[in-house]
Amino acid sequence: MMILCRQIVAALLLMMCALSQAQEGSLETLATQLIDASYREKAVLAEQIAALDDERSLPLLSALLNSALYYKKDDQRILIVAEDDSITDALSNEAVENLGRRDKKKIGVNNSLRRTLRNLISQAQINSRNPDIRLQAATNLLKSSADVEPEIIHQALAKEQNDAVREVLSLVQGLILLASDQAAERRQGLAALDGSLYPQVRASLNQFIQGFSEEEKISRRDELKMAEKSLADIETLVSMNGYIENLYFGLALGAVLLLAAIGLAITFGVMGVINMAHGEMIMLGAYTTYVVQQLLPQHIGLSLVVSVPAAFLVSGVVGVAIERGVIRHLYGRPLETLLATFGISLVLQQAVRSIFSPLNREVATPEWMAGTFMVNPALELTWNRLYIIIFSLLVLALLALVLKRTLFGLQMRAVTMNRPMASSMGIRTGWVDALTFGLGSGIAGIAGVALSQLTNVGPNLGQAYIIDSFMVVVFGGVGNLWGTLVAAMSLGVANKIFEPLAGAVLAKILVLVFIILFIQKRPRGLFALKGRAVDNA
Amino acid sequence: MTIQDNRGPLTRLLMSDSGGRKLILLMLVLAVIIPFCNLVFAEGSFFHISTYTMTLLGKYLCYALLAIAVDLIWGYCGILSLGHGAFFALGGYAMGMYLMRQIGDRGVYGNAELPDFMVFLNWQELPWYWYGFDSFAFAMLMVLLAPGILAFVFGFLAFRSRVTGVYLSIITQAMTYALLLAFFRNDMGFGGNNGLTDFKDILGFSLQSDSTRAVLFIASVLALIGGYLISRFIVTSKLGRVLVAIRDAESRARFLGYRVEYYKLFVFVVSSMLAGVAGALYVPQVGIINPGEFAPINSIEIIIWVAVGGRNTLYGAVIGAVLVNYAKTVFTGAFAELWLFLLGGLFVLTTLWLPKGMVGLWDLIREKYRHRQNTAAPLAQGDQT
Amino acid sequence: MTAVPKHIDNPAVLYMNGVSVSFDGFKALNSLSMVIEPGEMRAIIGPNGAGKTTMMDVITGKTRPDSGDIIFTDAAKNTFDLTKFDEAAVANLGVGRKFQKPSVIESLTVFENLEMSLQGGRGIWQALIHKLSADQSSKLDEILSMIDLQDKRGWMAGSLSHGQKQWLEIGMLLGQEPELLLIDEPAAGMTDEETMKTAELFKRLAKKHSLMVVEHDMDFIAALDCKVTVLHEGHVLAEGSLDSVKANPQVIEVYLGR
Repeated sequence: MMILCRQIVAALLLMMCALSQAQEGSLETLATQLIDASYREKAVLAEQIAALDDERSLPLLSALLNSALYYKKDDQRILIVAEDDSITDALSNEAVENLGRRDKKKIGVNNSLRRTLRNLISQAQINSRNPDIRLQAATNLLKSSADVEPEIIHQALAKEQNDAVREVLSLVQGLILLASDQAAERRQGLAALDGSLYPQVRASLNQFIQGFSEEEKISRRDELKMAEKSLADIETLVSMNGYIENLYFGLALGAVLLLAAIGLAITFGVMGVINMAHGEMIMLGAYTTYVVQQLLPQHIGLSLVVSVPAAFLVSGVVGVAIERGVIRHLYGRPLETLLATFGISLVLQQAVRSIFSPLNREVATPEWMAGTFMVNPALELTWNRLYIIIFSLLVLALLALVLKRTLFGLQMRAVTMNRPMASSMGIRTGWVDALTFGLGSGIAGIAGVALSQLTNVGPNLGQAYIIDSFMVVVFGGVGNLWGTLVAAMSLGVANKIFEPLAGAVLAKILVLVFIILFIQKRPRGLFALKGRAVDNA
Repeated sequence: MTIQDNRGPLTRLLMSDSGGRKLILLMLVLAVIIPFCNLVFAEGSFFHISTYTMTLLGKYLCYALLAIAVDLIWGYCGILSLGHGAFFALGGYAMGMYLMRQIGDRGVYGNAELPDFMVFLNWQELPWYWYGFDSFAFAMLMVLLAPGILAFVFGFLAFRSRVTGVYLSIITQAMTYALLLAFFRNDMGFGGNNGLTDFKDILGFSLQSDSTRAVLFIASVLALIGGYLISRFIVTSKLGRVLVAIRDAESRARFLGYRVEYYKLFVFVVSSMLAGVAGALYVPQVGIINPGEFAPINSIEIIIWVAVGGRNTLYGAVIGAVLVNYAKTVFTGAFAELWLFLLGGLFVLTTLWLPKGMVGLWDLIREKYRHRQNTAAPLAQGDQT
Repeated sequence: MTAVPKHIDNPAVLYMNGVSVSFDGFKALNSLSMVIEPGEMRAIIGPNGAGKTTMMDVITGKTRPDSGDIIFTDAAKNTFDLTKFDEAAVANLGVGRKFQKPSVIESLTVFENLEMSLQGGRGIWQALIHKLSADQSSKLDEILSMIDLQDKRGWMAGSLSHGQKQWLEIGMLLGQEPELLLIDEPAAGMTDEETMKTAELFKRLAKKHSLMVVEHDMDFIAALDCKVTVLHEGHVLAEGSLDSVKANPQVIEVYLGR
């Protein structure tokens, strides 16, 4: 009896509401009615609000859903409290300030109301004119497909023109169908879900398969098989995406190695100078980035762009100084060069430690380098890695261009191939040596700019990369830029492929051991020059 | 350089090398005086030498032996190993493992079967490669074999494939770097980051007692003399001349019919074992061995000791090791900031202006004050590639 | 199977058949064939890049040929396929080589250089306990006087003049007592007088050893008075006496035509 009574009352109320809407169906009146309404009434009011063609209604409903809708006790204004506790008037959109805690009261929601609200909001969003909002709404629905009215999806799907939104919507529909008690509908659902990479789809399929009882496994064998097959397909796709992600990480690591090694490919590969201070040239580049950023604290992006030439200059000039001051006296004595430049590396490290303190320095990352981009639901890639890959290839291309197409490049190659001949043709070999070394060092400086975006900038930054850089150059074959590229990328990828199998440290050890063994097999690297002349060089 | 002689090995060892003779004499004197002053004179006496000083000197002597090992291959055979710290550390770890086993149940966890760090890692039983380290003799064998076998395998591969010069230097550096990373791992079973430490005693004698320290010091002196004599024996033999030939003109040595790779391998393995012995004596004196010893910079520092002292003269390596390390002790204590500047500067200065190190400088000074002997043959350029 | 020449009683010291080597597509040796008889002296001439040094490299095991046979017969009439051996093994079989650029061990004395070259004792242990025997001692004295460096026996090899280094290297070859000597431009950097003296020495050596001499100096070759082989682009262009070779129109074209 009681229940019946309540239902009658509710029906009456509904009628009243409908009437009031007919009379004065503005958002203002409906919203104000929320204050005193019961949950059941609120549901009806919410539907009416959603039905209004008013752009204020969606934020209001969202706020209600998130328990962020309040009213002011004295004048019954409806308020939205944002996450940062700022308060706005839901109707006038004006900011409301100086409100005591006791001056406002929350408009309560319960679970059944939440469900209604969610549906209403989704429906409103799905019908939005903006396709991005529609896509976002559809993606959200994947998580709560059980709560949504199938009819909403059905209607939305019928009129949806945008392919991306359609795809997600049909997945939502598939999920709804999967939960159906009709075998035919479930099958339809399974067909719709096949090949989707959304984690929710995978979870639902898993749940679906788990839900089979022993008898059902026999009676509904076809369905089970179908579900298992599509789950397996999805798993394959996901793991493939995992490989792609690993490859991407590997290429990014390769790009870092490439950047670190290109400069060495010039000084060691082309000139034959073992520069153990190469890592410190990288470090100087990173510190230059830091200093430039200190000078332009308001323009992080600009400071990074300015840092590239600045780091090139700083490291390049230091490189020229080292060549003129020390290395030039040691040509033809590679082991002595190694020792002297190692000494220089110690001095540079200590110098930086004395000037900037031994602590790591923070270098900020500009916004456009932060964040990720989504290739598909199972594959999200970070922007900064992509930038590093592109940047490293740009640097390599630029360097190749300098070597092949400029007068300096020509002179440089002439000097390294036949010094006396070059000298007799009027090339100032001493300066070519100095500038070549400066070029290699400058490029190391540029690598430092890139590294400052990935790792901490500290006095030991260079140390971490020197061995890797040498490995890359030696592995690729000395004096060969292509070899350096291939070596850097393959070492980077190999490292990242081993990593999930063996752990990061062991992966690094394995790669080192591999290179040590590889050098035994091909002492002159992947792309070695052959012939008699090489032995005498 | 030696004049060709045809005397027996012993005379060959001791003659024609006044620097070496003086060195051995000095070492023997030290081996008597230092422990004597430490043990006999009371603290506060003018003649007392503290255990700290004695241990410090013992540490220098271990470094000196390590320097001899490097000089043997670099000075005489032109192999610039940037990974000798690894052999030193392996010898040290072998000794450290023995010392760990000696702790027995006196560790923090009181577990007689497992060292503390294994208990901490929840290991249930001793890994197989720790078997045998309860025995001193076995541990001493490992002090030689662990570095020796690594050097043999590494050298066999590298020398057979004719990896030479800077390439070899770079891959030796990669080797020690890989070992550094490996020994940092806890699951390697060598104590990970912290290494092996908290040793109690050796052969039943407490490591804290002055007399044990004195014996260790004497052992270091004897090892240094022994290492010197072994190296000296090698370099004054015909084998030593083949090594020099390999250093100066490797292909000439080949075309004369010498198997360059075997010669290199031999001297590389001997050198690695000397380094291992140095490490084994170092560990009980400093009381710890950790993966930091594998750091590439340690290996490069050894090179500078040899370069500063004067390579190609075994006693020069000893002088260099002691001088540089003494300077390091002084500077890292008083002016820590300056030390790396000084060390870096040393690298540059010696390679640019003192290619023959202190010994070369001394010869040069002596030359100035003495009339040149008419019969003396012009000194050859010690030019390496 | 390798086609070893069949005249067993007196086989060739060196028998090269169809030896080819290429470096990145460039054919340094192109099906080169040549036979050196025991006790023969042979002069090899040819323009730069004709493959002279590469030929020595393949014989001495420094470079592996892509194809072809190189058969060496030692004093005991054992035959060896040299393409299967490395430098040290080839040297120990009895093939000595002198480089174009004098290659002596500069920081050892003249005496020590020669001592190292003496036959035998190549093993590590032997080298470690080596003591000079009386025989070896007199052998060294003999070589020293032959190369005229008796009074410089205690000198560092690095302090010798260019010509003296050449002599020392020849002396080291003698110490090795090889069956076959490969000599690359011995006369470079020598005075005319020394050149003639070298030619005399070689002629004397040819009685006991076989010699293959690469040289540019035509006077020197004339003084050697032996069979001449002309190499061009990795194969034999002409062979015969110096005069006949000089008259060969192909040879004239190669040397003068371009």
